[in-house]
Amino acid sequence: MSLEFMGRKLGMTQIFTDVGERIPVTVVRAGPCTVIQKKTPGRDGYSAVQLGFEERRERHTTGAMKGHFAAADTAPRRVVYEVRVPEDEVGALEPGQELRCDVAFQEGQDVSVTGRSKGRGFTGVIKRWGFKTSKATHGTHESFRHGGAISAGTYPGRVLKGKKMAGQHGSRQVTIRGLVVARMDADRNLLFIRGAVPGHRNGLVRVRPDPSG
Amino acid sequence: MSEMQGLEEQGLRTDLPEFRPGDTVRVHVRILEGDKERVQVFEGVVISRKGGQISSTFTVRKVSYGVGVERVFPLHSPMIARIEVKGRGRVRRARLFYLRGRTGKAARIRARIDKSQNGDS
Repeated sequence: MSLEFMGRKLGMTQIFTDVGERIPVTVVRAGPCTVIQKKTPGRDGYSAVQLGFEERRERHTTGAMKGHFAAADTAPRRVVYEVRVPEDEVGALEPGQELRCDVAFQEGQDVSVTGRSKGRGFTGVIKRWGFKTSKATHGTHESFRHGGAISAGTYPGRVLKGKKMAGQHGSRQVTIRGLVVARMDADRNLLFIRGAVPGHRNGLVRVRPDPSG
Repeated sequence: MSEMQGLEEQGLRTDLPEFRPGDTVRVHVRILEGDKERVQVFEGVVISRKGGQISSTFTVRKVSYGVGVERVFPLHSPMIARIEVKGRGRVRRARLFYLRGRTGKAARIRARIDKSQNGDS
């Protein structure tokens, strides 16, 4: 089933294969995710499933949401999200049901991971856009990490839109496609994803199986 | 991070002997050739140990037919069948890169006599 799972990025490590290759992996705790609500074409106009991830403390939950979770007979969840799922697959799910990561993933599976990248604050053009630094010696002064000229002169007489300049870097949504699940521990809902994944440790990520499989 | 630590420790090997830079070791390396497997021995002086936990590696240097050869092994690799410690060496630094510039008598390492173990040595 092509369900997306919310996960926590636990951190990076490496694992060995049987033939001794070292694989750099990011460990993500994906799930368990709880079915909270089913959306059906008849009632909602489309078919989807609403899932919850991690527990939220009772006193941090609003009354309205408490009712919503009670309807699914589950404890309050910290993250609530929705995944579009074909109608026939929604039928197999019931509110309150807990899903382990092996529902959607298997070892060797291609996945996409979406997360919020690490925030770098207001950064200059060197870090943000990979501009080259100017000479550090040979008479250079007060201009080591500047971006240089930003436009021509009288014509066009303005700076083109989208000009790469300093500004906020990071802390935006990033999706990395084509990652591979190198190893999986279904009992503990752990995905060992080859390579790096957006965001800082303990950051929230969303893992989606890629169609190619 | 405690959960990560637990995960890393799962892959650690506990069957390997303790050794330090300066020690002479015989590393038995599993070699896969097609579907056959054999073990090759690489013997030399440990000149560096690096990293921690699952990512730790060590470097072994030997002189083979007059040519210096260094090999870096991941300590916890399943390709290491066995490590034999042939001799303990007394050295005063953690990285023995100075051995690279030395040959013959100058490249010798004094034997280390372990005082903590009241052995016969």
